[in-house]
Order: sequence, then structure tokens, then C-alpha cells
Amino acid sequence: MNNRIKQLFEHKKKNIVSIYITAGFPSLSDTLKIIKELDSVGVDMIEIGFPFSDPMADGPVIQQSSETAIENGMTLKVLFEQLKELRTVTQLPVLLMGYLNPVLQFGEVDFINKCHDTGIDGIIIPDMPLSYYQDNLQEFCNEKGISNTLLITPQTAVSRIHEIDNNSDGFIYMVSSNSITGGTNDNNLNTDYLERTQKLQLKNPQLTGFGIHDSASFNNASRYSSGCIIGSAFISHITKNGIEANSIKQFINNLHS
Amino acid sequence: MSAFSPDSNGFYGEFGGAFIPEMLYPNVQELQQNYKVIIDSKDFQEEFRMLLRDYVGRPTPLFYSKNLSEMFDTNIYLKREDLTHTGAHKINNTIGQILLAKRLNKKEIIAETGAGQHGVAVATTCALMNMDCTIYMGEIDIQRQGPNVEKMRMLGAKIVAVNSGSKTLKDATNEAIRQWINNPVDIHYIIGSVVGPHPYPDMVSIFQSVISEEIKFQLKEKTGRENPDCIIACLGGGSNAMGAFYHFIGDKKTRLIAVEAGGKGVYSGKTAATIALGKKGIIHGSKTYLIQTEDGQIVEPHSISAGLDYPGIGPAHSYLHDAGLSEVVNVTDDEALSAAFTLSQKEGIIPALESAHALAYLSKVKFKKDDIVVVNLSGRGDKDMLTYKKHLGL
Repeated sequence: MNNRIKQLFEHKKKNIVSIYITAGFPSLSDTLKIIKELDSVGVDMIEIGFPFSDPMADGPVIQQSSETAIENGMTLKVLFEQLKELRTVTQLPVLLMGYLNPVLQFGEVDFINKCHDTGIDGIIIPDMPLSYYQDNLQEFCNEKGISNTLLITPQTAVSRIHEIDNNSDGFIYMVSSNSITGGTNDNNLNTDYLERTQKLQLKNPQLTGFGIHDSASFNNASRYSSGCIIGSAFISHITKNGIEANSIKQFINNLHS
Repeated sequence: MSAFSPDSNGFYGEFGGAFIPEMLYPNVQELQQNYKVIIDSKDFQEEFRMLLRDYVGRPTPLFYSKNLSEMFDTNIYLKREDLTHTGAHKINNTIGQILLAKRLNKKEIIAETGAGQHGVAVATTCALMNMDCTIYMGEIDIQRQGPNVEKMRMLGAKIVAVNSGSKTLKDATNEAIRQWINNPVDIHYIIGSVVGPHPYPDMVSIFQSVISEEIKFQLKEKTGRENPDCIIACLGGGSNAMGAFYHFIGDKKTRLIAVEAGGKGVYSGKTAATIALGKKGIIHGSKTYLIQTEDGQIVEPHSISAGLDYPGIGPAHSYLHDAGLSEVVNVTDDEALSAAFTLSQKEGIIPALESAHALAYLSKVKFKKDDIVVVNLSGRGDKDMLTYKKHLGL
């Protein structure tokens, strides 16, 4: 598979910044505006979260932005309408991230087709088990060039990490510690596990996520992987500071300070 | 004991499974690999049976309700789960799960609760077993189930008020799952119904199956036959119904009727009648019927009874329904209230609002004069006195 995700990791081995946004938040029509802005301030990859009413792996920040997005009228149908213009605003790798139930109601095959048609490069569905993916979607994703990103955590057994590595084709999402999204405790970073994983020499590169919220946690986590995924901290920032003017630029600059 | 089981991946036909984030995979896998071996072990069975007998007060009576039988012109027996310690069937499961948690060396118990019956049962069992206990409960449920909240506190449990989402049972469940993710090694999560990822539906079914096991031998003693013509139970997540049905599943001699909470009416927008309205999807880690929007967002249900106020049902119930092995019906809030009033005044038993749904169905179906009908009286009504007072002009 040779999509934009692969290309990114081939060209950049360190300090990759991937930003998570909630589709339809703060306002329904903000999705592409934010993507355009993120592109212009130099992030490397974007994850668009499609909202779910019961996001069990997420903390209060993303749950709240998801609730707002749902109230704003965001659905997968609306999102794919918006994404028709995606490739006119950015050439960065873009993934869709969300829970399995909305995908099932939309139709799994339609979902992957729409991803392909709108130029989405990959998907992250935290509550879709690897075995379910293998039985139902892997072949079709491969055919359409959509990569599936799986998560590992400090509790994931080495044998399972290898199994996940063998079934990944973009990058591995390394959950930084035992936590839901949005933690801000710097001591939370489980460095033993990050080091251990680094030594496994996996074929897929890794990005660290969960709890990355400032330059210190970004730099710390980046030492053990190709870069970081930032979600709750970004959502909190735009909730407080909006998306206009230099707000987004400031957030990204602070990360590199 | 495991007469009715899912396959090795936790599927009942197409329903069930374990749709969980990777963070929960090791915990859930640990349970999947160990639960049957532990439950089947002699030492577990001895302790479980002893506690059910001497602490919970089992077997619970199977009571021939003469007055209801006359009223409905048939033979009605009440399975008196309301007489267990803590006043509902929920404790059968919490005893089983805490014994399991001990054997898995877990240090702390968490649980969700809606009506508070499961929460009280968990807090009780944790006190007995000297385990730390945290109960997640929606803010709205805390307001409407005051007496149970005080009981849990008195029993030494920590109560966490959940104010995310709709502030009721489904959100309490989300929060409990999140806490489990945050501390996967030390915590055992005691789910209170036959819902959640595999092995919970099967595990909870096995612990609750003592209800139908007792119905069999008690009915045989009283009538000479093991099988009633019909068993009626209320259905929220479905643990009391599964317990009452378990040993009769697939036996054509016995009709199994599950009564959902119709709320203000199935098409009123204020209902918890999952089978009547639901579409297949994923909720709390398993594939089942659930009430949801076209876009797959889970809809907040309504029932006058906090224990039935859940947008999904256990995957085994989805399977039983689709396979034609059970009948799923519903009654409204008002019908349940009226049935609670009837049982109170005809037999001197104040039922829980949940159980009143099962009773309410008696007046909607015609049984033959010599039929034997067992209604599972899953809990007592003490906790619902405020609601009864408000609605019945007491």
C-alpha cells in the first residue's frame, strides 16, 4: 500500500505531529477550516474524529466535543459531504477515527468506499477488535488502499504487539499509559513500556498518544517513537481560544517551544 | 451447569462478542480464559453455594399466589427474589463475581448502577469480603433512588456521581469502563446485568441461573412437574429474565415471556422497549439490539423504573428473540404502576417497579385455567416508595 501515511513515515522519522479534531466542532462547518489551518501551520497528519454518543475510551474533553458536534448535526453522512472538498485544502495524510457503531449503521462497505472516494488514507476504530477487522474488513481496506491503525497499551502482551504489527500497514498507535484520553499527569508516561516497545524493532513505526498536552510531554514521548498524537489538549485549546486568527498557530508553536 | 452458552468468542448466533478497545483486552482476556475453570471448581462452588444459602437466603420461596390466580383464572406462582438479602436477584451475581475477583487477586471492585439495587448488592458483597468498592451512578438516578444511595454509603462504598451524557445508567456504565481502563490490573468490574463484552453475559447468566434451577425443583415438589407452561420476567439488561429462563431455554413445554419497559408508549419517544424499537449495533462491548438514531448514536431511553432504563439488552436475549425461543413484549409505566398496586393489595407484597412490569403482563394475556405460570418477582418495592406515593395518590 502506498498512501500518504506511508509516504510521511518514509520521509520523516522523528517528531511527527498528528492532531485530532472532532468533526463538526466547534461549529458544524468548521471541519475543513480547521484542517486547512492545521495544514498551513505545518502539522504532519490529521485525524478527524466522527462523534459517538458513548465514547468509552475517551475522557470528558472529547466526550463533550462529541456531544456538541452531534447537537450541531454532525453525522457520517454530513461528514462525507464535507470531505468531498478535502483534497482541495490539504495533501496531508488524513485519518478518520471513531467508534464502530456509527460505522455499522452507515454500512462498513459504504464507509470504506466513501473514505476512498474522499481521499481519506486510514481509519482508527478503537472498539473494533483485530479479529473482527480481519474477518470483515481487512481485505476490502487493502483493496481500497485504506490503512487501519491499531492500538497497543502498557498491558499489551509482546506476542499480541507482534500480531498487531503484522496486521498494521501504516503506523501503530501507542497509548502512552493506562488511561483514557485527555490525561495531563506528566508522571503518567510509562517509559518502561515505551522503551520496551522501541526495542521490539517493529516493522511499523509508532506514534504516541493519550495525555500529550504540551511541549514537555511532546518531547518526552517523541523520544520513544516517531512522534505524537494530540487530541484533548487541542480540543481544549480551540474550545477556549476559538479557531480564528492565530489560535491554531499558537498551539502548534507552543508545542515546539 | 452451562446448558445455554455462547461460542468460544462469546457469540450467541450473531450477537455478543467483545467489542472493546485494546486497553481492556488483557482484562477481558484474563476473564475469558479463567471464568469457567474457576466457576466449575469444587472450591468455588462450595463457597458460592454456602453464601447463597446462608447469606443471601436461598432458595427463595416459590409462592402460590391464590388471589392473583383467582383474579386471572389460572395458576400463578411468584418466584420470590424480593426476599433475598438486599431485596433483589442482583446479589446472586455479585456474590459469584466477587468470589471470582478474589481468585484473580483483584484488589478493588467497581460497578455501575441504575436503580441502585445492583450497587447495594455490590457494596454489600464488598463489605462482606473486605474489598474496596466504588459505585458509578448517574446524577439523575442518585436523585430518584435516594434510599439506595444512603445504603451504599452506610455499607462503606464510595459513590461517584456521573454527570456526563444523559446522567443515567448507560453513562454510569461508560464511566465505570473508563475507570477500569485507568487501572486495569487491580480492578475487577462487576457488571450487573447480562450485558457487556464476553464473558460477562455468560458469566452473569450462570450466576443468575440458580433462579431457574430452583424453580424446577420447587415446582416439581409442589405440582409434580418441573416445567411451568409459562415464565414471565421483566427485561432491562436482562439478568433476572436470563436467570429465570436459563434451564428452560429451548424446552418447548415452557413459554418464556420477557416484558420490556414501554415507558409512555413504544412510539412516544419515551420508552426503553429495545426489541420493539431497536436495531442491531454495538453497545458497551457487545453486539445486540439497541435504541439508536439512524446515524448510530445511542438514544436515551425512558422508563419509570430506573432498573429498566437501559437502551440495549443482553446479547443472549437478542438471540433468543430472533431464534423464536422467547417472546418479548412491553407494558407502559401506567400499567406497571397499576400492577404494583394490585399485588400490594391482593397479596400483601409490594414489588419493585421493575418486577411490576412482569406482573402487568398478566392482564394482557389469557392463560388456560389449568396452566401454571411463574412470574419472577425480581425485587421488592421499598426503593420505589417515593414514586408509588407520587403516582398513586397515597
